[in-house]
Parts: sequence; C-alpha cells; structure tokens
Amino acid sequence: MNAVRAWVAMRAAGWSELRQNIADLRQHRRLTIDAALQSVESYRSLARDLASARHLLPGTRVTAGLESLYAQLHEMIRHKPHGGRAAWLTMFRSEIPQIVTGLRGRITWITVLLVLSAAAGWWLITEFPELITLIASEQMIQKVEGGKLWTDDLLNITPSSLLSVRIFSNNIAVSVFAVCAGFLFGLGTFYIIATNGLMLGGIFAFTHQHGMATRLFEFIVAHGLVELSVICIAGAIGAAIGDSLIRPTHGTRRESFQQCMQGVGPLILLCAFLLIGAGLIEGFVSPDPTFPMISRVVIGVSYWVLMVMALNGRLFGRAQR
Amino acid sequence: MANVTPVMRQGGEEFTVQGLTGVDLSLQIAGPGSRSYAFLIDWHIRLLMALAWLAVGMISASGGLRLQRGAGAWIVALVVGPPILIYLLYHPTVELMMRGQTPGKRMAGVRIVNREGGPPGVGAILVRNAFRLIDSMPVFYLVGLVSTFVTDQRLRIGDMAAGTLLIQSDTETSRTMDRLASRSNVQGLEPAALDLIDQLLERWHQMDRDRRGAIARSLLQRIDLNPPQALAEMGDAELRARLLAVSGSGEPRQ
Repeated sequence: MNAVRAWVAMRAAGWSELRQNIADLRQHRRLTIDAALQSVESYRSLARDLASARHLLPGTRVTAGLESLYAQLHEMIRHKPHGGRAAWLTMFRSEIPQIVTGLRGRITWITVLLVLSAAAGWWLITEFPELITLIASEQMIQKVEGGKLWTDDLLNITPSSLLSVRIFSNNIAVSVFAVCAGFLFGLGTFYIIATNGLMLGGIFAFTHQHGMATRLFEFIVAHGLVELSVICIAGAIGAAIGDSLIRPTHGTRRESFQQCMQGVGPLILLCAFLLIGAGLIEGFVSPDPTFPMISRVVIGVSYWVLMVMALNGRLFGRAQR
Repeated sequence: MANVTPVMRQGGEEFTVQGLTGVDLSLQIAGPGSRSYAFLIDWHIRLLMALAWLAVGMISASGGLRLQRGAGAWIVALVVGPPILIYLLYHPTVELMMRGQTPGKRMAGVRIVNREGGPPGVGAILVRNAFRLIDSMPVFYLVGLVSTFVTDQRLRIGDMAAGTLLIQSDTETSRTMDRLASRSNVQGLEPAALDLIDQLLERWHQMDRDRRGAIARSLLQRIDLNPPQALAEMGDAELRARLLAVSGSGEPRQ
C-alpha cells in the first residue's frame, strides 16, 4: 500500500494542474494546435492513471475524481469543431435536401391523405350541412350565414404584427406536434393530418354553400400553399417515426426510432422558418382587402417556389445536377 | 459510432462509453429528481425573463411614448413577441450556447450528452426540445416523468428521439485533486482513510454533535498516535482540528 500512497502523492500535483487546464480550456472557444495536442496527450495519460486507480483504489474519491476529469477531457475531445457559416451552409445545401429526398414518398402519401380528407370533409358538409357545428364555432357560422367571412374584420380587431406572431407560433406548434405525434405508432400524425383535411374541406364546402368559397380561397392562397405544404412535410416526418416503430430497422424499437430521428432536426428548423414567413404573410397580406387576387396568387406561388428551392438546397447555392 | 459500447452497470444508473484510448468512460445517469429540479429552476428563469420583458414593454408602451402613426402594431409585437420567443426558445438556445447545459441544469449538477459522451449537436438539441410537446402531456410533464421512471437510462421521449441522455456533471469530485495535491507530502495515511476524513469534515456541521464525535474518535483511533483516553477527553473543536491536521488539508469547503 505504500507504493499506492507514493503513486498518488507523485501524480496528485499533475492531476490538479490538469483540472485547472481543463477549466481554462473550457473558457476558450478556439484552441491552439499545441493546446489541442496537449489535451490529447493528457487524455492518454489520464486514461492510464484511471485504469490503475480503478484497480488499486476502487470506490475512493481519487478514482471518482479521475473519472470526472477523464469524462471532461473526453467531452472536450469529442466536441465537434464550430463550423460557423460553412456548417450552416452544409446543413442547408446538403443535409436538408438529403432528408427531404428520403421523405419524398411519405410526403406524397401524406399529401394524398390531406387531399382525400379535404374531399371527405367537403362531401360530408355538402351532404349533411348540420355537421358544420362540429368543425366551426357558432360565431363563425353566424358570420358566414350573415354574408361575411370571419376573416373580414381581422385587421380591425388585431394588428398585423400581433396576428403574425400568434399565427406562426400556433402553426409551428401544430407542425411540431404533427411530427411528435408520430411517436404513437404514426396514428397521432394520421389523425392530425386527417382532421386538418376534414376541417379544410368542410369549411370550404360551408362557405361554398353561402357563395363565399372564392373569397375564402382569396384569403388562404397567399400563405396557405406553404403552410399546408409544411404541415405535409411535418406529417411525413411523423409517418417516418411511426414506421420506424411499427417496422423497426434496428435491434430495438428505441434504436430504430433514434436512427429515424437522426438528422431531422435541421428540417424541423427550416419548416419553422418557413412558417414564420407564412405567418407574416397571413398577418399582413391575407386579411388586407387592398391586395387583389392576382397579387395574392403571385405571392403564394412565389413563396411556395422559394420553399421548394429551400428544400432542395438551390436557394442556398446548391449546384444543379 | 463504431467506438461506442453502451453497457449498463450498477442497476442502470451508470452508462459506459468506450473511451478513445480503450479505457471505458463511466457516466452517472441523472435520475428524475435532478431532472425535475433542473427543469423547475429553468422554468422559473424563463417565466421571469418573459414576464420582465412583458412588464417593461407594457410600462414603456403605456408611458406616453410618442409613436408615429402605424407604429403601435409594431410596439405591440415587440411587447408580446419576445416573451413568446423567450418561452419557446429558451431551452434550445441556452443548451446550444452552454454545450448541453442550462442555468438550471448547472445548478442541479447535470448536463446533456450524446451517446458518445460528447456534447449534443444542433439537430439533437432541436429534436430533444421539439419532443417536449409529447413529454409535457397531459399535464406537468407526466409522460416524460413516467418515461424517466420506467426506462433503464432514465430517458424521456425527447432523449430517446435525439439520442441524448442526462448525466451528472460531477465537478465536485474533480476538486478532490486540488486537495490531494495540496497535501501530497502527507505520507502516513491511506487514500481510503483520507477519503473518510474528507467526507466527515465536509459534513461536519450537518451532523449531530455526538455522532460526528464518535466517528471522529473512531477514525483517529485507527490512524493517530493519541491514546484512546486522550481522544475521549477531546472536545468537538479539538477533534475537528485534529482531523484537519492529520489529513494535512486546510479548511474544507462546506
């Protein structure tokens, strides 16, 4: 045991110094090459000390302290370099387009689901008009029956800026929920998309019965193309999650779920940005009666094209194949 | 990914990652208690930040600011928008800036790591926070809380999705090194005995006087040359001073 005492006494000053060095290195965002090489060398040396301490001094604070130092150095060495602008460009130019390519089939299926649900909603309200009470509030129904859309006086009630913040916050929450609901074996996502489709179709049928479907389309077209597309993309991610749980591709469902989620973070971020844009249009353009139909269509289609370019990376300078 | 071997030990409270040198890295998994503690602190911080902005904004807006026509809408957005953003983006932003920690996590002594033992990336943090929507259902983070109780690595759904886990930061024990270095000339004591003395001195003021006296006498009897009679006559302060002297340490941190 004397040898162990001597070893601890000999190494203790070095460990203390290393602790201080790690604390200093953590303060710096950029390391010099010498400092980085020194960290790697310290990591190696510490690994040897830790292995000895685990054997000679199990369960002591010396070993616990070395474990802690080793973990801190390991974290520093594993820390990916800050890519700055280049990393963001790579994310938008390559990572997101790759994910979107992988999701293309599911995006199609989710869009089909949304369209079919909308058609079902239209048919339901056309055949059974009394069912509108299930999808629209009493106030909305009264307004439409009185010859006005519930969006007509929107700007008199709420300023555009506030309206935009409220709308994009809500839309981001709905989209993220559509993604996360995929965790319920895809059923949550399915219900969210189907419900949204049913409501959209039903509301259009109801306004059509009162001769105001064109006015509703006029309100929706500027922001709705991107908004609905993003909901379909979110639904596609949710469907992929559900699929990974129903038909696991890895040893366990958890691993399969994790694998599926790898890399979708940037796509969710892009969707959030797109919804902020859609929210601004919905707050400033859609309720403003001074915008004629043609300009609304141009804004809607242009923003949708911009979205497609963002999703395939061309907006950020990705070369065309 | 090839060098990662998650191995569960000690009843699922430890996560082992293969180090780059071949020596395993043991990470202590944080339980639901530390997790909840950290969350409560962060929840209050972001709520207070959002309310503070709201209050300052409302006071400024109602305090007779001379606004140009049409500027009112923007003022409303500036008053209401940032609190919403603070509330929604607090976790992802702060976790990115503090490499997997937040003020609450730091105070609770925990941090987020990926399954390689390193800090999580942007994507992982975004996914982890997006899944708060599920974890917080139906109320009071019930889904997340139940999940941390039933999973072996104490994971909430967001952690499963992002491939992250919450571990104990353990910066306390690394300070042991400083103490060891400061008394490396004390050759007479076994490291295990020094450990015990350190622990006793750290908890000295929280312990009952009789209890700490009994433990101190028992320890000193084994390592000190004082006869049992002399130890029995020592008072509380003397026993503490003697422990400090034999361990060669200064005043311990409380």
